[in-house]
Amino acid sequence: MSSTAAGSIAPPRVETPFRRFVAEFAESKLALFGLLLFTIIALVAILAPWIAPQNPYDLAQLDIMDGRLEPGSVGGAGFTYWLGTDDQGRDMLSGIMYGLRISLLVGAGSAIIACLVGASLGMIAAYAGGRTDSLIMRLVDLQLSFPAILAALMILAFLGKGILNVVIALVVVEWAYYARTVRGSALVERRREYIEAAQCLALPTRRIIFRHLLPNCLPPLIVVATMQVARAIALEATLSFLGLGVPITEPSLGLLIANGYEYMLSGKYWISFYPGIALLVTIVSINLVGDQLRDVLNPRLKR
Amino acid sequence: MTVFLLRRLLQAVGVVLAMSLLVFLGVYAIGDPVEILISPEADQIERERAVKALGLDLPLWQQYLVFLGRALQGDLGRSFVFNEPALRLILQRMPATLELAFGATIVALLIGLPLGLYAGLRPKSALSQGIMAGSILGFSLPTFWVGLMLIMVFAVQLGWLPSTGRGETVEVLGMRWSFLTRDGLAHMAMPALNLALFKISLVIRLTRAGVRETMLMDYVKFARAKGLSPARVTFVHVFKNILIPVVTVVGLEFGGTIAFSVVTESVFAWPGMGKLIIDSINVLDRPVMVAYLMIIVLLFITINLVVDITYSVLDPRVRLEGKA
Amino acid sequence: MTPPTLEVRNLRTHFFTRAGVVKAVDDVSFTVERGKVLGLVGESGSGKTVTGFSILGLVDPPGRITGGQILFKGTDLATLSEAQMRDLRGNRIAMIFQDPMMTLNPVLRIDTQMIETVLAHARVSRAEARQRARDALGQVGIPSPEERLAAYPHQFSGGMRQRVAIAIALLHKPDLIIADEPTTALDVTIQGQILAEAQKLCTQYGTALIWITHDLSVVAGLADDIAVMYAGKVAESGPVSEVLDAPLHPYTRGLIGSVPSRNHRGAPLSQIPGMTPSLLNLPPGCAFRARCPRAEARCAEPPPFAEYLPGRHARCIHPHLAEVAAA
Repeated sequence: MSSTAAGSIAPPRVETPFRRFVAEFAESKLALFGLLLFTIIALVAILAPWIAPQNPYDLAQLDIMDGRLEPGSVGGAGFTYWLGTDDQGRDMLSGIMYGLRISLLVGAGSAIIACLVGASLGMIAAYAGGRTDSLIMRLVDLQLSFPAILAALMILAFLGKGILNVVIALVVVEWAYYARTVRGSALVERRREYIEAAQCLALPTRRIIFRHLLPNCLPPLIVVATMQVARAIALEATLSFLGLGVPITEPSLGLLIANGYEYMLSGKYWISFYPGIALLVTIVSINLVGDQLRDVLNPRLKR
Repeated sequence: MTVFLLRRLLQAVGVVLAMSLLVFLGVYAIGDPVEILISPEADQIERERAVKALGLDLPLWQQYLVFLGRALQGDLGRSFVFNEPALRLILQRMPATLELAFGATIVALLIGLPLGLYAGLRPKSALSQGIMAGSILGFSLPTFWVGLMLIMVFAVQLGWLPSTGRGETVEVLGMRWSFLTRDGLAHMAMPALNLALFKISLVIRLTRAGVRETMLMDYVKFARAKGLSPARVTFVHVFKNILIPVVTVVGLEFGGTIAFSVVTESVFAWPGMGKLIIDSINVLDRPVMVAYLMIIVLLFITINLVVDITYSVLDPRVRLEGKA
Repeated sequence: MTPPTLEVRNLRTHFFTRAGVVKAVDDVSFTVERGKVLGLVGESGSGKTVTGFSILGLVDPPGRITGGQILFKGTDLATLSEAQMRDLRGNRIAMIFQDPMMTLNPVLRIDTQMIETVLAHARVSRAEARQRARDALGQVGIPSPEERLAAYPHQFSGGMRQRVAIAIALLHKPDLIIADEPTTALDVTIQGQILAEAQKLCTQYGTALIWITHDLSVVAGLADDIAVMYAGKVAESGPVSEVLDAPLHPYTRGLIGSVPSRNHRGAPLSQIPGMTPSLLNLPPGCAFRARCPRAEARCAEPPPFAEYLPGRHARCIHPHLAEVAAA
């Protein structure tokens, strides 16, 4: 009897929350595929100056005679343009690699800043409560009720083009999502008894916020941030396509697509097509990861 | 019902005032109003005359009242480029945008509702899985690029549809409409589909979730226990219940659709408000931008109001709470 | 001899879930005669409601009727097509659900929900259908039925909604009504009114009634026969007075003992130890044996559903026969 009882108790497997998270994330093959895809894209973007066949910003390397060549053509200098060239004879493959850099930089950069700004404001709203809270939340409501594309357009109309201005515009239209998320989870957490206990112990506010409240807001924040990076990249591309985003000297994927617009009608599809594919694959891969993160990290958000 | 409407109207007026203050501050307090409101080509004497005429030497709160007074009279400044009242310029182009947005909404409902219904009723079938995968793609695809691809396939390669413009229009009620002519409809097809893309995905997801939730309700089982035909159960008992959230969201999205038509109109050279605002931004025609902003705010508030009322008509519970 | 209104023989309804097979209804048999009331009693999860849905042919996937027969006035329902079944539902066999707040569609007016039921089974004009709906509302004691027809469900109280649901069930004067705990969600006084209503119905139209409940006192006052369900099986069945006075099955005995009553005030309530077993992958043998004071090794074998006394069945190998003799 005693021996069977002892035998039935298996040694408990060490299961850290992180390990469980990884295991649950890996359950979806699609999400893993997305993660792999995004890793490759990010690597290509980071390593572009070393692996791109051509430096598209270096006008000396461009040969105007190679303009608008079809994918797979061989240029005057015996150089093969796998994805064709644009009107200035720029290799589309290299252009896309460098464009990815700009797109990812703007997307991730704006997401990080918006996250910092929004999370801080959300935390202040949740912790201060009362008037501060309602003022911040009114702002959030106002921001969220207005379409992001219009708000960003107007900001850029007044600020002018430029990578930094695009980032500012994206931060302005995106901070509210983070603020709302953080406030929501911080409020739930604040009502818990352990926070009350910490306050009774007269722990400094800073410590309560950083050690207790913030870690609990992290899972939903990560989910929102992932989705917002994808959104920011798409929005940047749209703004650049409309001619209000990044300057022509540093073309992002959106601007590359815009450059090909006029040649599209004459059947020269590749100038717009391939940057669009790159953009699409980037956004889909991030969304695939984000979808699974949402399911794993925050079952309440599951639809 | 009257009290409910009045309260909503008062709220709406409050929001308009708040937004006008915001736009006013944006133009007058943060930016340099002289630069924003007076043509850059004007010389020094013209400038001073304009400053006096616009009352820019008055204290800020007085300026706001003047701005508000003018706005109430429909005076939102003159376009530098067209030398016409900005408001008239925008109103002229509004029918084109409205008809595009309505077209997109109808397309979204016509495609989204049946697909969502199917995916909700048969969640396990391969077709449903395909529909749902497609809806994820619809959320991820950059709208403007899809627009380009549509042009490439249907206008350039196949030559089935015209790629730009509104086509032939007919004047009704003093406004020109494309949807009343064959040619106009052909011109509208691609832009409307393009603008609808995001909404189709949204409607599919909402409908599917609604159907799956409603199918589990006791009243659906009771309807079946009454011996009703499956068609009646699905299209009366289930459908009417999911219509409420779908109509609400699609209605609320209508403002977003008009805003997003900026992109679609640019791709298809559709001569609406969105195309005008992009052109105005590119030439820094700021009075038009200010007027556009105010119009959009007004539009948004009207839409919210209309959605509230529609909602109360569809859902008897809301209607009676309003009455009480 | 006319066949009974309903005869259920060895009905089995199983749910094939990912976790395994849930035998929600597993070998259930009973008979309801014309104008009689059968009390179907059991704890929650014992398979009462699924039995009701099985009779109506409304078991949804992953559930499926896997065995047995349901004879409605002598006709095996399994031989009917879906269209024929639909013709029976709401017409010859009606059902009343447990929660009146959830039974009526919140976005459709009462008249819509009643008229559609009339029109589904009778070729009459809309005006005629409306007339019938109004009469049915009056019959269940809803004041000013004409005005109430134009109302929405949320304008009614729970008791009133249940009356509407009953009125819908009555529209075609069915041969059989399955009432699934129709009074559980209601106040005691309302419950009394509805019970009286139900009784009147059976005597007036000869409607047979299956009254699903977990409340033994309701069954004692209303039913002619009783079937006690436990873990998807009928543990005991028989005439209601005999079963309640001297139960054969230890489970029935425990159930009766758990009801607080005036006669035993002050005395400790008897209770059944343990919990109802999970229906998922239930082992063979008597499902009650883990909680049964009389359990022994033989109970691990499936006990037969035997007729120990005339008209009284029990699924137990050592029923309380001595107590019956004493009573």
